[in-house]
Formats: sequence, C-alpha cells, structure tokens
Amino acid sequence: MRGTLSDRMGAALLMAPLLLFLILAYAWPFLGVVKWSFTLPTPGFGQYHALLTDDLVQSVFIRTLRIAAIVTVVSVTAAYAITVVWVRGSPVQRVLAEFCILVPFWISVLTRAFGWVALLSNRGLINTWLQSIGFISEPLTLVRNEFGVIVGMSHFLIPFAVFPLASAMRSLDERVLLAARGLGSSRMRTFWTVFVPMTRSGIIGSALITFVFSLGFFVTPAILGGGRSVMIAELIYLRIFQSPDWGLGAAISVVLVVFVGALMALVFRYVKPKQLV
Amino acid sequence: MQQPGRAAEIKANGIGKSFGSFRALDDLTLDIGRGEFLTLLGPSGSGKTTFLMILAGFVQPSEGRLFSDGVDITDRPAEQRAAGMVFQGYALFPHMSVEQNIAFPLKVRKKSATEIKRRVGEMVERVGLKGHEKKLPAQLSGGQQQRVALARALVFEPGVLLLDEPFSALDKSLRGQMQAEMKRLHQETGTTFVFVTHDQSEALALSSRVAIFNHGKLLQVGRPDEVYDRPDNRFVAEFLGEINMLPVKGVKPADNGATGLCEDRAVNMRCKAEKVRGDAILAIRPEHMSIAREAAAGENGIAATAIASTYLGAATKLDLTTRQGAKVTVSVPNEVAAAALSKGNSVWLTWPAEKGFLLPDGGQ
Repeated sequence: MRGTLSDRMGAALLMAPLLLFLILAYAWPFLGVVKWSFTLPTPGFGQYHALLTDDLVQSVFIRTLRIAAIVTVVSVTAAYAITVVWVRGSPVQRVLAEFCILVPFWISVLTRAFGWVALLSNRGLINTWLQSIGFISEPLTLVRNEFGVIVGMSHFLIPFAVFPLASAMRSLDERVLLAARGLGSSRMRTFWTVFVPMTRSGIIGSALITFVFSLGFFVTPAILGGGRSVMIAELIYLRIFQSPDWGLGAAISVVLVVFVGALMALVFRYVKPKQLV
Repeated sequence: MQQPGRAAEIKANGIGKSFGSFRALDDLTLDIGRGEFLTLLGPSGSGKTTFLMILAGFVQPSEGRLFSDGVDITDRPAEQRAAGMVFQGYALFPHMSVEQNIAFPLKVRKKSATEIKRRVGEMVERVGLKGHEKKLPAQLSGGQQQRVALARALVFEPGVLLLDEPFSALDKSLRGQMQAEMKRLHQETGTTFVFVTHDQSEALALSSRVAIFNHGKLLQVGRPDEVYDRPDNRFVAEFLGEINMLPVKGVKPADNGATGLCEDRAVNMRCKAEKVRGDAILAIRPEHMSIAREAAAGENGIAATAIASTYLGAATKLDLTTRQGAKVTVSVPNEVAAAALSKGNSVWLTWPAEKGFLLPDGGQ
C-alpha cells in the first residue's frame, strides 16, 4: 500500500510541470473567457439568452456540427482504408501508406488550403480537366462552399484519424482472423464480421479525435468556405476582433467547450480511454 | 452427429516448406487415415506446426502436393477446405457471445436460422457449456474458452479437426480433464483429428498414431506403443521419455534377435540387427529394468552401484553407475530402492530381452 501511494506521488510529481503548464496556458485564460461571457457588456445571462435567440449563431452551430459529422465519417472511412494498407499491406504498400500519412504533417495547413483552392476553383485543375475531356460544360462549384470545406478539412484530419486505428489494428490477434477463414469465412466476410468489429475502439477513438478537432477548425473553412460557410471558430473570431462583441464571442466559446467536454465524458462512459490509443 | 464415413483421409506427398533460407519442413510424406487421431509431436521449430498450417491452408507449401479424399487440395484456400481448427490461445471472436462464436461457421455456410439454433444448442450441450450461451469469451475460464473453441470447430462437421497445442495454457488437472473430453469428442464425431503438441505424454495418451518431427523432418510415425517401445533413432527414443543408453560391442544377428557384449557380458536382444552391426547403443526404458541381487547365466544383466534416489510416490527413481561408468536410471518399487541403497549399494540391473532395443552408435 505504501508502495502504491509513493508510486502515485511519483507519477503526480512527474506530471506536475505539464499540469502547471496546462493550468497557466489553458485553464486560467479560459476562466477569464467564462467571466467575460457573464459580465460583458453587462453582468448576467444576457449573452446566453442571446445565443438561444440569435438565428445566425444557431445556424452556424448547426452547420459546424453537420460539417464536423460529415468530415468525421469521410476521414475515418478514408483513414481506415489507409491504415489497413499501412498495418497489413505488403512491405512496399506499407512504405507508400506511411509516406501518404506523414507527408501532410510537413506542409502547413495554410499551404494545403490554398492548394485545394488551386485544385477545386472554377478555373482550377479539376474543372479544367473535366471540361477538356468534355465531361462537363460549365465548371462545377467545388470551392467557397461546404463541399470545399469538407474536402480540405478531411484532407487535414485523415492522418490524425489514422493513429488510433493503427494501434487497434496492431493489437489485434492475427489468429482470430485465421480462425475465421479456417471456419469457412471469405476474406470479405472476415473483414466485415470480425476485423471491423474488433477494431471498434480504434474507430471510436479516431472518430472522437476527428470530430472534436473539426469543431474548432478556423483556417481551412475561412479559405475554402470563402465566407459562405462560416464555422463556429470563425464566428468567435469575428465577434471578438471585428464587431467587438466580446461577451457573445466568449459565450459561444464556453458553450463549445462544455459541449466537447460532455461529448468526451459520454464516450468515455462506454469506452475506456486506454482502449482509444 | 456424423457418419464416420465423412471423416477425411489425407495424403501428404513430398511436402516441403522454406521460409527464406530456413527449411521449416523437408520432404514430408504421410498418410492420415479416415477417423484417425494423429498427433504431430516435436520440439518447437521442428516443423509440426508448419505442417498443420499447411493442412489448414494458411501456409502454402514450397513443394509437394496435398490430397484430401483423393482430391488435390494444395492450391485450395483455407476457407474452402472446411477443416475445423482449434488454435493455441483459442482465437475466439472476442466481440461475439459463446452462442455467436459457435454459430459462426454455420452462418458462413448460410444454414437456416432454425438449423443453426438446433445445432448450436446440441453442441453447447455436448461440450458442457449450458447456461453460458450469452457470455462473452472474456467472461469465461480457460477451460470454458477451450470448450467454445472445440464446439466452434466441430459444429459444422468438418472432415478433419486440426488442433494447435490447444492445452498449453491450461493447468495440469484441467488439462487431463480436457484431454479426456477430446478423446470422447473424437469417438463421438468419428472425425479425423490432427493434433500438434510438444508434450510426449499427451501424445502417447491421446493418439491412435504419433508422428515425431525434428528439424523439419518426419522421423517416425507409428502407434504410441510402437514409437515408445521401438523407436527408429536416438532422438525419438529420448524425446518420448527417459531412456538408458548402454554401449554394446560386437553386435551380430542371432536366433530370433541379436547378441552383443555389454560391459563385458553377453546380452540378448529380440530386435533385429539389420541396420546395426558392430558397435551400437542398447536402449532400455527405466521402467523395464529391475534390481536383482545377481543376474543368472544367460539373463541380461550388468553390475551397478546405486548413488541416489528420488521418491516419486508410486515408485522411486534410482540413479546408478555401471562398472564402466555409464549412468543408468531405473524406476522401481519404493522398498526395492531402499534395500538397494542400504545393501552396500552394489546391485545387478536386469531386463527382459524384448525390452532392449538397438540404436546406431553415435549421433542420430
């Protein structure tokens, strides 16, 4: 008992600098934001009342949730395919998959967003090519709308979605897959009825990371949405820096943080955090 | 549940497997009879598991052909071979209940819901898992998981059941219980069983025949008593149990057997001396030697000194040294051992002619 106690003390001491940093850099300033949301411009629940009645804020909230949900589905699905190749492919396939996963980390989010503009805009590569082969006559609107935002965000988030999946797939007992095949199950069937269910915790972890991450996206929607599909982070920015309405901006932030916290608490009730990494 | 006629008959013809420069299995030719309980026995890395994986279709042989009921199945993928398999560690589906695990092979075969329900129910009963149907594998004990694995592998009435060291994770008493259970399942289903183990007592207890492997080669195959009492070579002799090796000189054929000189005394062997001439090794199991005050003329016997004893309950293991320095171990009744040690330690070791066998001198 004494051993465990001092072990815990040791662990706490080792984590202390990190905890201190998190408190100073995040918790303390966030408390300030909470304070603003109740005091600016006048003390009270005025800003939260405004949130409930403001159509713009609500539509941005709903759009943010919708985009985040779609991006999560797209990213986790794509990441799943890449991870299967990365973890279970031939040596050459593994190297290629690893390359595809790591390279995006070396390119800034800004560069990538503009890269997608160049690909997707009316006179961009994709439209020009589709027109030249006569597949379409008018350029498709691929950017400065939700579609562009979803493409850009998914592209950014896929590598993050890969890691929880990879750890789930790596820890899977190979013999269980052999057993399924030995019992007469085709590769396809084994994949869907055994492999996918056995990586469930990885899928949940991957979806959680992607979803929470997408809620706070700023640069990508700003560039690829072209002001037409404003997401919550951009709205907070606008409220604080352009139409100085700090109280409302702060209230939106608080609601967002509380929402994310509640979501994680809900997920962790069903899946142990340990299983997600 | 199954007509014995449906059990598969398997022929392995010149099967070999290399992993890079490592030769895992070399020129294996073996017939596995319909409804047989064949054990593949050998130390780790001997090729026994590789052969099982080739039988299951998980590993493709580098050369040779494999036949099941006369049909070449060498290139047939695992899922089309319909071999039931029980893995080391059981490899149950962790996200499925006991019932769903057992139903899996039937679902794959698109059986009707009523048939699946009936056959899973029968199987659950047969392996004694009633009341555990809805549990997940993680909620079961090792022995229960083992039963699920057996039920899952047998429920679709495969022609052959492959077992890869299924008892290695169980404690000793449970192991004995599961062995008995498996023997019963073999008799009830009539299916061909191919069982991999490195435990020689398990192999001898369960099998109708034992195939002994070492370094990728099949060394000998035969009934348990054949391989135990008449091993072809030193490795088989030593792997199957403790054995005493005494040098013999001047081995030559004689009436119904062979003769030679062991520690300057004439000894008789019932085995043929075809392969062995001149100097050889005389091998005798500890339980086949007895302690005597003296050896009569014409009786096989050598003089020895008792040096230590180990009490084993039912018997005592006695360690002795012969006059020429060979170490011998015998298994004798407890009071005989006590007497041998007290009587100035000098005794005679005797054995019946038919219990000693000749092995080539040196090496294998």
